[in-house]
Amino acid sequence: MSATSANDTATTTLGPLETHLRATRDSGRKLLLPYLTAGYGEDWTRLLEGVALAGADAIEVGIPFSDPVMDGPTVQASSAASLAAGTTPASALDDIERLDMPVPLLAMTYYNIPFRMGLTRYASNLRRAGIDGAILPDLPLEESGPWTTEADAAGIETVMLAAPTGSDERLARVCERSRGFVYGVGLVGITGERTELAASATRIARRLKAITDKPVAIGVGVSTPEQAATIAEVADGVVVGSALIRQLIDHGPQAAIDFVGSLRDGLDKG
Amino acid sequence: MTGESLMGYPTSGRFGEFGGRFVPETLVPACEDLEVAFTEAWADPSFRAELDGLLRSYAGRPSPVTECTRLSDDLGLRLLLKREDLNHTGSHKINNVLGQALLARRMGKSRLVAETGAGQHGVATATAAALFGMTCTVYMGEVDMERQALNVFRMRLLGAEVKPASSGSRTLKDAVNEAMRDWVATVEESHYCLGSAMGPHPYPWMVRELHRVIGIEAREQCAEILGGVPDVVTACVGGGSNAIGIFSGFVDTDADLVGVEPAGGAAIGRAVPGVVHGMTSYLMQDEWGQVMEAESISAGLDYPGVGPEHAHLAEIGRARYEQVTDAEVIDAFQLLSRTEGIIPALESAHALAWVSRDRAALAGKSVLLNLSGRGDKDVAQMMDILG
Repeated sequence: MSATSANDTATTTLGPLETHLRATRDSGRKLLLPYLTAGYGEDWTRLLEGVALAGADAIEVGIPFSDPVMDGPTVQASSAASLAAGTTPASALDDIERLDMPVPLLAMTYYNIPFRMGLTRYASNLRRAGIDGAILPDLPLEESGPWTTEADAAGIETVMLAAPTGSDERLARVCERSRGFVYGVGLVGITGERTELAASATRIARRLKAITDKPVAIGVGVSTPEQAATIAEVADGVVVGSALIRQLIDHGPQAAIDFVGSLRDGLDKG
Repeated sequence: MTGESLMGYPTSGRFGEFGGRFVPETLVPACEDLEVAFTEAWADPSFRAELDGLLRSYAGRPSPVTECTRLSDDLGLRLLLKREDLNHTGSHKINNVLGQALLARRMGKSRLVAETGAGQHGVATATAAALFGMTCTVYMGEVDMERQALNVFRMRLLGAEVKPASSGSRTLKDAVNEAMRDWVATVEESHYCLGSAMGPHPYPWMVRELHRVIGIEAREQCAEILGGVPDVVTACVGGGSNAIGIFSGFVDTDADLVGVEPAGGAAIGRAVPGVVHGMTSYLMQDEWGQVMEAESISAGLDYPGVGPEHAHLAEIGRARYEQVTDAEVIDAFQLLSRTEGIIPALESAHALAWVSRDRAALAGKSVLLNLSGRGDKDVAQMMDILG
């Protein structure tokens, strides 16, 4: 682990994902990071490209896992459907490798997937697929060493989650270890659509912005363009998953792409 | 062992290479708080005295050891049963639950969340919640709610809310997922009353300590009956809490320790490590790491993982783990009922199924079997099977 303080990134070489997100933020644009489940829906890679063109700054791609404990019913449903359709970590990464994406990608999955594949192999497979970042929501700081060693060596940026339940001291350590951006958990709970923006979303954004100059994006419970705009008054951007998957389930790919466009508009209008 | 004593405190939550704390970031502070709170409570004589008092006056401890004379003759060995089936609520689960409920109250939590398979842990948790005036939500797989309808009714009668886990295999594994999701969202007011010696640190250690009473009592009772320790100590293993409880009393002796898994849920039998439900342990999974669905006649053992300390005991060779089929379990269930007048839980019948199958190898030996629960809950299911 690097000995840099939370505000000092000078001694850490920035990866392409963080470089891109910092530059985007510094240009005055708010970050939009949509989430999609790999292998969910027909022609899911075309949807991925559509979402990128609709205004995403990077995309979080979920490699479906059988037991996603951090995910609510909507993402669970897309994961289960994708698994039932035969998606495997290898098929998901193969699909991605064939793409020429205009924005960086992050792979989100649960730790047993890389654990089973072998950490070195998982990191190099992400690299080969052209993926820059990794999110493992059941791999907290204390257990992350074996993975981050491999990820750092392969040039994969591991995004850490920072939760409202963490002390300031803990949030600082999470920010220090995070690469790419810091993923602020917007509420005490699992992923899913919420009709009202939790007050905790702005609060965690403020706490994180006070201790790190890495890009801070808030996810979990961010569901509408209005909510995204409100959070982005404090945070550098938002991650939107369940609400997007909901559009996809209920209204299909074009509605999902349009929804990303409306999130983009919401963020741009501020 | 180098550097650590068997069944002591697991440094960094590790039992050898197994264990750990693989939970969403939101839960890490809660796990840390729980570890501190239990460490303090366990060292506090007033906490221990209150728990011991409850175990005596409410749960009915100590549970007796019964020597099976007729069945021993049939099998050609000396069979002793540790009668956890005689505890209040019908199984060993009450030991763990009373301890965790006392701890939750000490931590200022007003709500208990639990998962349940057969319903025994759910009933025990609902019971403790009623006793302490706490609210209680129990998650149970839809499939299990059907095959253990009686326990669903018992939990509701005790004032608990029973919520179906309707994803995946709709059994114990999915009930754990739902309970963890609930805890992620309610961690500030809720205590997750996990029912087995599994999950993220400190649960495997804490639950083992709370079931240690089984092993302590059994060691003394065996000394009286046998004049020493039994040759073999055996128990069924799903997550493995009753087994770890009785093993803890004999791990420092020459007794053979034998855990018995269902053939359709043999995490240790397959011996592939994985990470799920907060821990590294042996885990039934496919080549990609997707968790497989266990399949067992007994809802309480219908779990694709196992507590990390069992994985460790298996790896270092201090305990061994056998597998029995549903058919062998059905025979054992009837065997104990007919020969000793004791209807065992289907879970506990697994251990007897192994003893019965391996009786030639066990000839003349003294065998202590942890009869972890009573079979009342299984009678309707067995009625369907036996016709």
